[in-house]
Amino acid sequence: MSESSVVSLHDVSKVFGKGVTALEGIELEVERGDFVSLIGPSGCGKSTLLRIVGDIVSPSTGDVAVNGKPARRARLDRDYGIVFQAPVLYDWRTVAKNIALPLEMLGWDRARRKARVRDMVELVELSGFESHHPWQLSGGMQQRVSIARALSFSPALLLMDEPFGALDEMTRERLNMELLRIWAETGSTVIFVTHSISEAVFLSTRVAVMSARPGRIAAVVPIDLPQPRTFETREAPRYFELVTEVREVLHASGADEIEEPLPLEDVVE
Amino acid sequence: MAVRRILQRLVVFLLVLGGLWALWEGYKWLWESTGWTKPFRVNEYTLPHLHEIVLQLREPTSTGDDLWLYLLHATLFTARAAVAGFLIGALVGFALGVALAQFDVLRRGIMPYVVASQTIPILALAPIIVRGLGSVSIGGSPPPDWVRVAVIAAYLTFFPVTVNTLRGLRSADPWALELMHSYAARGWTILWKLRIPSALPYIFTALKIAATASVVGAIIGEAPASIAQGLGGAIVSFNQYYVLEPSNLWATNLFAALLGISFFLVVLLVEKLVVRRAPERLV
Repeated sequence: MSESSVVSLHDVSKVFGKGVTALEGIELEVERGDFVSLIGPSGCGKSTLLRIVGDIVSPSTGDVAVNGKPARRARLDRDYGIVFQAPVLYDWRTVAKNIALPLEMLGWDRARRKARVRDMVELVELSGFESHHPWQLSGGMQQRVSIARALSFSPALLLMDEPFGALDEMTRERLNMELLRIWAETGSTVIFVTHSISEAVFLSTRVAVMSARPGRIAAVVPIDLPQPRTFETREAPRYFELVTEVREVLHASGADEIEEPLPLEDVVE
Repeated sequence: MAVRRILQRLVVFLLVLGGLWALWEGYKWLWESTGWTKPFRVNEYTLPHLHEIVLQLREPTSTGDDLWLYLLHATLFTARAAVAGFLIGALVGFALGVALAQFDVLRRGIMPYVVASQTIPILALAPIIVRGLGSVSIGGSPPPDWVRVAVIAAYLTFFPVTVNTLRGLRSADPWALELMHSYAARGWTILWKLRIPSALPYIFTALKIAATASVVGAIIGEAPASIAQGLGGAIVSFNQYYVLEPSNLWATNLFAALLGISFFLVVLLVEKLVVRRAPERLV
């Protein structure tokens, strides 16, 4: 394990109850400041892998270290923030109170919470919406609240499970830009699960391509596009080369063959 | 805009009221004029005119008071028992629901008895409980009548609250539970910050059922134990003299219904103040 590893996975596998092998022989190092995308066909276990890092699902074998600690210890220390495909906001709380939820758990006093919420609302550009309830916001705004909540307690690691999967293309591209700005401003480390090759290439410093079940990491493609990424990045020849490269690895690893749906990602222990 | 909506509601309310009135009087007129006897004979005794029932409210009763005043006192007596029973039932029901949701062992062990408690006919149980409590001594004297009646009301109200609390607590979004897990939240924190708020729409649905059930429970509790001050007592006595003055019993039913409706509206109002949800997600 290298000194600066935020996440270190060694020989991680996951077998679900009925003998279905979801993940096998996963090796992955995520360095501080990395933006790593996990991409792969449906049911390849990428969401399960994310949940293993977050100690929401426990691996069947292997070692998981987060910030140099066992995953469980890291979770108890609140070392990571998590964002799901749905915003998972509490209807009965306002935007400000949703963002403050983890701060309440950490026992921050009211004044400190208020100050931090103000900063976070500014960070995700939702000033003026603090006292709105979630259902009064658009899907994109809701997901921004969810990101603000995940980052509110300044975790070193941000876990994102297809956070923009349910949004339209325009909103998704705008939020991609925002996420990169937030990533640069906060200096956090991100693990990002996605279905979208273009999204993965645009956002990441490295893309981990996963094969169909049992999920393995087929290749890790370094993304050497210059930082900061801009709207022009999506038009650069190098961007298209990398998209093609990722696509080829995906196809070579059998992404086309998997069509049988097995709701593995839903299995939570 | 708001005025228009209120006017609209008022018009609908009056139309429905008028429709019900027309149905009642039309049925009465048709059956009387044709002499039909099915399903039952319709005459002044079985189905008095609605206006006669209303006018009857101004007639004096054997107690000396006008009927409306007599019924108002009876309604307040029953309301006290119903409200107390509702509050006890809601609290016990909620606490039981939380306990059953938190501890699987309890749920498996106790739930059958909770269900069984509701299959015993309340008519058979009410006199036993109300009389039994009459022989209990608290500070040298038995509990007042309305307290004994409140126990019956509570008995009828705790069940829907328990069942819906249990269901509501388990309705929390699985992702929201993962989120709490990621915060390393303890069971009681998850209960307080996620499960109970998630359960509120379910609990209020139960409270609305409980509000009307508590009125029924209070009336049923009074009747067999010969507690005369409430609506139950009024029903028993007016039932005995039904042939002489059927309107008295109908007027009593009207007051009982009004009590149930106002109780329901109070719960609805509290729900509007307490439960914050997307409009389409309200149960």
